[in-house]
Amino acid sequence: MKTAVVVFPGSNCDQDALKAAGALPGTEAAAVWHKDSSLPAGIDLVILPGGFSYGDYLRSGAMAANSAIMTAVKDFAAKGGLVLGICNGFQILTESRLLPGALMSNDCQHFVCKPVTLRVERNDLPFTLDYKKNEIVTIPIAHGEGRYFIDDEGLKRLEGQGCVAFRYCDASGTISPECNPNGALNNIAGITNERGNVLGLMPHPERYSEKLLGGDDGAKFWTSVKKWLEGGRR
Amino acid sequence: MTYGIRLLVFLKEGVLDTQGKTVAASLKGMGYDCLKNLRVGKYIHLDVEAASEAEAAAQVEKMCDDLLVNDIIEEFKIEIEAARV
Amino acid sequence: MNYKDAGLRESEYISLKETLGREPNDLELRIMGVMWSEHCSYKSTRPLLKKLPKEGKYVVLGPGENAGIIDGGAGVGIAFKVESHNHPSAVAPYQGAATGVGGIIRDIIALGARPVASLDGLFFGSINSAVHDGVVKGVGGYGNCIGVPTIGGKTYYDPTYEGNPLVNAMNIGTVKVDKIVSSQTAKSGQAVVILGSKTGRDGIAGAAFASTELKDNTKESRPSIQIGDPFVEKLLTEACLEMRDAGLFVSMQDMGAAGILSSSSEVAAKSGVGMTIDFDKVPLRAEGMEPWEIALSESQERMLLIVEDAKMPEVFRIAEKWGLDATEIGRTEEGDHYRIYWKGKIAADVPATTIGSDCPVIPWPAERPDLESRWNKHVKIDAPEDAGKALLELLSDSNLHCKEDIYVQYDSMVQTNTIVGPGSPVCAFRVTESGRICAVSMEADPWGCELDPERATANLVARSCRVLSVAGAVPAGLTNCLNFPSPEKPQHFWVLSHSVEGMAAACKELDCPVVSGNVSLYNETSVTAILPTPLLGVVGMVEAPAILKSGCWNEGDLIFLAGINTPTLAASVYQRHFGHDFAGRPLPFDAQKEKAFNSGALAVAQAQTADSARPVIGGGLITAIAKEAIDAGIGAVLDAKDYTVEEFFGEGATVAVYAVPADKAAAFRACWDNVPVEQIGTVGGDCLKLGDTVLATIAELNKAFRS
Repeated sequence: MKTAVVVFPGSNCDQDALKAAGALPGTEAAAVWHKDSSLPAGIDLVILPGGFSYGDYLRSGAMAANSAIMTAVKDFAAKGGLVLGICNGFQILTESRLLPGALMSNDCQHFVCKPVTLRVERNDLPFTLDYKKNEIVTIPIAHGEGRYFIDDEGLKRLEGQGCVAFRYCDASGTISPECNPNGALNNIAGITNERGNVLGLMPHPERYSEKLLGGDDGAKFWTSVKKWLEGGRR
Repeated sequence: MTYGIRLLVFLKEGVLDTQGKTVAASLKGMGYDCLKNLRVGKYIHLDVEAASEAEAAAQVEKMCDDLLVNDIIEEFKIEIEAARV
Repeated sequence: MNYKDAGLRESEYISLKETLGREPNDLELRIMGVMWSEHCSYKSTRPLLKKLPKEGKYVVLGPGENAGIIDGGAGVGIAFKVESHNHPSAVAPYQGAATGVGGIIRDIIALGARPVASLDGLFFGSINSAVHDGVVKGVGGYGNCIGVPTIGGKTYYDPTYEGNPLVNAMNIGTVKVDKIVSSQTAKSGQAVVILGSKTGRDGIAGAAFASTELKDNTKESRPSIQIGDPFVEKLLTEACLEMRDAGLFVSMQDMGAAGILSSSSEVAAKSGVGMTIDFDKVPLRAEGMEPWEIALSESQERMLLIVEDAKMPEVFRIAEKWGLDATEIGRTEEGDHYRIYWKGKIAADVPATTIGSDCPVIPWPAERPDLESRWNKHVKIDAPEDAGKALLELLSDSNLHCKEDIYVQYDSMVQTNTIVGPGSPVCAFRVTESGRICAVSMEADPWGCELDPERATANLVARSCRVLSVAGAVPAGLTNCLNFPSPEKPQHFWVLSHSVEGMAAACKELDCPVVSGNVSLYNETSVTAILPTPLLGVVGMVEAPAILKSGCWNEGDLIFLAGINTPTLAASVYQRHFGHDFAGRPLPFDAQKEKAFNSGALAVAQAQTADSARPVIGGGLITAIAKEAIDAGIGAVLDAKDYTVEEFFGEGATVAVYAVPADKAAAFRACWDNVPVEQIGTVGGDCLKLGDTVLATIAELNKAFRS
């Protein structure tokens, strides 16, 4: 399993993603600079990490979406390569139209950093094979602009195609406004594209990949991808 | 010629403007019962070199398309200032 | 220009004239006026600070550099320092706090360390203070963007901080000991390079601003506020660390107060070289800037590098990669002259050592205020009729109440090394380079210091070390921020002096040297002066298999109280909250008691004989127990006993609450030598009981603490 973590000016979770994606035996992860026009050979997974690329100026992820590397990332995705956008990475995916919708400022109007409970809606994606359907997991969020928005038609299509991968829920799995940390439509925390090879989510699985740091529900992202690759590509 | 362009970017109608709502509530709380609506947007000022107003505006519209405006959630208005050399 | 207009005192002007052997010109007057301001020169406190012990077993770098460094083991140094940004935060809360965070981070980078953790000490008039929201957003806004987790801090409230908020920003960084960058190693014939943002008019004469009382109309002060850009500082961090790894610079200094002038003259003075800076070469972002503005500008996100000529091309390449300006603006030379060139002519020529260090000390007179009338006031505080009700009310006091509304706005997890984050007495992070755990405490006690500055500051040192010991860490060094009112009032100067004496004595006895620090004076308005507020941060490595956390007790655990529980209500939250006269005297500092306790606490952590531990601090014993119950979600039954109101709610005693699994009770007791250990209850149930009396349910405790 070879992972490329793209580093934009202002990315600050790239080292965390490298650590987590390269932790399992037989995996390697390396950084890729935003100005590069191509990805290294033999990459299985591209991660767009969290942070404040370009200071979040203008709109979060807007300028990063126009980086030279994104052409190669779009190509890679078009050919079925795995792309994971975490937090700012999710914002970059929507800005580059690799995923539909947009991430807007939290309805509480401030940054929120805390562990949240999520319901796993799709456990058949390369990123989620090791989760059970409707499993309740705890993964931290840390964002000021995480409110997922899409127009009515888009939402119908998204839900209709089952493209919602994770939803904010309470400890018993109930979806409600109280457990929605940012006002996202339908408590959407993460979505996938139709094909299932591109996933964007606001929570940070790389932050809960070791028990020492509070929990390891996020570790299944990496084991799932490894499993998917070992089972032969789709 | 150099044209000064005023670009105003707002959230589309139908997209929840949480900042606008919060600011409006604050003002109402301060006694401004006269306030009927409030939207928070962005004001971007550009100095663009072009042969004509139309060309300058066209360039800025392209910039909006490429980067400055996210048409999923935003709309914009362009105002052109008088040309200067 | 008159020397007074430049901010110089007559004695300073005369001293300067003597050194130069001539009349100083306007530019020289201006730059000396700022460099010899309190904020830059520490002229009121240098002799006091000399009393603080700075040597210790774990000290790698003591005071005198950009920050202190302690040995984190395995060849890794832990750099840390706390700095204040009080006056700017009063005038522009968001930017004041943001640039405070940015400034201290640059001090850490200047040592070649990667910033890995921030803590913030905030002091406000009340939760409704106008500056509250802006300061919190500024701390978060800057820290979150630059990707340094805010893992802890303290927030205190008292009316004397209304109009005088305190923002003390602490930062910690890690660096391999053989990669530490010094500001003292420049040699003659090297390039002086400015890296980072362009220079504008931000914060012009901000250092002088920090050295005077706040004017009533703060709008007037606005031009002196610096504006921060955390995005650029993130780029600066990465660029500097990349340059460090490539061995590209000889020396580095951050540009903080009095920007170019102070950083360049400091490097020159410390390295024993002369320097010429050509101000025409400085990249500017404002038009028509004069030399004095360029010299004193506090535009943020700039670093000064001293680079050998052969390494310059690499420096430019890395700067370009990260989108930063790098410009050679001067040269180092033999001798001691610090010269500024402007439009081809020498515009200023002052010895480097004069700028940075020769400011004459001001021997302010000290006059002991009347402390005895409060000490001797016998205030009889009756036990509350309903202890449970009193506890619930106390938990809703802003000084004890949950601060989650604040720290939820801080990213406490970025860099994936946070082991214990905000909301706990101690915080801790893993050191990437070695895998070891570093623990940090931050403490203040302005009320105790108001009653007895010497005792309370000594006890504060003890408390800061105790927090670490309970967690299983060995205090290695201390950083301090001395926030005080004007030293020009003799009683204030006495209080300041005695606070420092108390700190010095305790640090010596407890083997906790002061490796860095900051002084902020003149914290007062026409309405009020702040309480004496020394703030301490202690850092040490965990020397146990795991860190011993708070709030983790389990059903069935035995509750032990370790230490002699003879606290006082003097200056306690209880005394202040329930409107009793502010009176009494803090307990005397007892070095033997502290050392015995710390030994025992460390032994418990090492032997892992406890599930959970919490030092007793604000709100006393019952508050500590309540917080354990709230965090763990499990209640407790305290053995029936007639606790006095002091025993229940008093503060200042060298004690901690432990939750011990029944089968480890004997082993737990064996850890303590010369320290009384008493079993006082058992963990269990959904409420807090004293004998058969229910003090409060967990739900009630939660509501009082969190809503």
